[in-house]
Amino acid sequence: MSAVLRRLKRLGARGSHLGIVTVFTVFAAFPFYWMLLTTFKRTSDLMNIKNNPFLFNEPPTLENLHVLFFDTMYGRWLWNTFFVGVLVVGITLLLAVPAAYSLARLTGRGGEQLGIGIFLTYLVPPTILFIPLARVVSNLGLKDSLWSLILVYPSFTVPFCTWLLMGFFKAIPKDLEEAAMIDGYSRFGAFVKVVIPLSIAGILTVVAFSFTLVMQEFVYGMTFISFASQYTVSVGVPTFLVRGDVYFWGSLMAACFIASVPIAILYNFFVDRFIAGFTVGAIKG
Amino acid sequence: MTNVTEKTIAVAESVAPRAEARTGRLNALLDSEQWLGRLMIAPAILYIVLLIGFPFLLALYYSLSDITLGSRTMSFVGLKKFKGVIQTPLFQQSLKNTLIFTFISQAVVLVLAKVLALALLKNFKGKWLVRLLILLPWVAPISLGTIGWLWMLDSIYSIINWTFKAVGIFGPTTWPIWLGVPHLAMGSVIAVHVWRQLPLATVILLGGLSSIPHDLHDAAAVDGAGFWRHLFQITIPLVLPIMIVAVLFGMVFTFTDMIVIFVLTRGGPYDTTQVLASLSFFTGIMGGDLAEGAAISLFLFPVLVAAAFVFLRIARRAEVT
Repeated sequence: MSAVLRRLKRLGARGSHLGIVTVFTVFAAFPFYWMLLTTFKRTSDLMNIKNNPFLFNEPPTLENLHVLFFDTMYGRWLWNTFFVGVLVVGITLLLAVPAAYSLARLTGRGGEQLGIGIFLTYLVPPTILFIPLARVVSNLGLKDSLWSLILVYPSFTVPFCTWLLMGFFKAIPKDLEEAAMIDGYSRFGAFVKVVIPLSIAGILTVVAFSFTLVMQEFVYGMTFISFASQYTVSVGVPTFLVRGDVYFWGSLMAACFIASVPIAILYNFFVDRFIAGFTVGAIKG
Repeated sequence: MTNVTEKTIAVAESVAPRAEARTGRLNALLDSEQWLGRLMIAPAILYIVLLIGFPFLLALYYSLSDITLGSRTMSFVGLKKFKGVIQTPLFQQSLKNTLIFTFISQAVVLVLAKVLALALLKNFKGKWLVRLLILLPWVAPISLGTIGWLWMLDSIYSIINWTFKAVGIFGPTTWPIWLGVPHLAMGSVIAVHVWRQLPLATVILLGGLSSIPHDLHDAAAVDGAGFWRHLFQITIPLVLPIMIVAVLFGMVFTFTDMIVIFVLTRGGPYDTTQVLASLSFFTGIMGGDLAEGAAISLFLFPVLVAAAFVFLRIARRAEVT
């Protein structure tokens, strides 16, 4: 009797566990599923309120994708995003890698404080800085140019990436560099030849993180740019495609899905390291 | 390693003596750890000072002036803009909305993240897929994910309404206009924000939960501790520092965010979802009144200072122990 009860209880626990996981997964992923489904539906199907929206009441179509890539500037926006992303990642690495190494190895006790100070600048949000930066950008003659974004975006990638890489460098045993220096490398040479190759995982995390942030950025992009041809994807789609009373939901959802899901899958590989960076102060204790 | 030594010697022998003196001095500089350290960190510091420090001071200065987007000159007007802006009903409404938006969404995120993290702590089939799907809202560009919700909350074609009606939760005449009615709009904006922040909080908490040693749970189980006792006397106290970190980041990112609101409601209907960040954008950039926009956005700053203060305390305590 009690064995049956225990089994029932365990079954119940497993059932509620399954239920919780299912509910959360649906909550998280449903909007993306809905984007995908909408992408292949005909407008007449979408706009007929008598139809069951979960089914294809008319045959699926590629028309929405065709409109998106041939009648809007979506392709251009993807390219802009990629272009800005690559350059911002490059700048971030150039600034953050040496700075992180310096903080981890060369600046001693003061380095820790300085590292926390740099990390805290990550908390200063674009919504405080965008007004003065709008003026600075226009004084530099960069208004409506992608270069304004390339100049400003590292301001939210560099602080966090420096912090993240600092943790990585600290985890590398000092003996390795010292051995290289005994073999005749300078400190800097040891850094380039020994430490960097060992930190490829950390550097890749920084690349993924920076690129994702560039794709996500919205406030600066909307503030500095007003030519449709210079938008990035995350600004172009909501400001230019969502306009007026007529929404082309099929194309719009295609635009959102294409720019969201592939990068999310890629990013998934790096998320653990990224979280370790967030919580490094709290976990140490 | 011997290979390296040989190469170095070969290089050293092939360099002319005069050049050797110069590279010698450069090498000495590069070998001096203190100087190398300064040299390597200088570009990053310089960049941060120029693109975060300087604009921040500029924001302070603008808020005390009467600058507009097109103006060539500006004059110092002291606290006039602050005084003026505080008195407007729109500002007060936005401040209230910001607080409601932040606190409710963070409370919901914290509870849900805790439940979800506990559920994900167990091993089960297909966990990697579940994790990937749950992370999607946070990794996808926010503005684009929010457009997905814009479509799902559409006044005529809302799939949520359709489903609830089909299942029977909504009666035949119930058809809420999610983004068109003040309270519903605020609720929708909060829900979408929770959707977007839940993954980050969950993953942070999960990291904390999985670092709790197993023997603690076993010992408690032997002593006959039930689920709730377990939760409140072991799990929560042990992950508290990490929970605080999660809440802190959530607070900062929510308090200063405007993207979800901009895409879903633009602050409407009747400014009932207007928050400080979006008000600052509409005033400063759309309206061109840089001074007033800067003054509004600076009201975000005290929260950041408080967050930084708590963060520093946690970091210091973690270092001591």
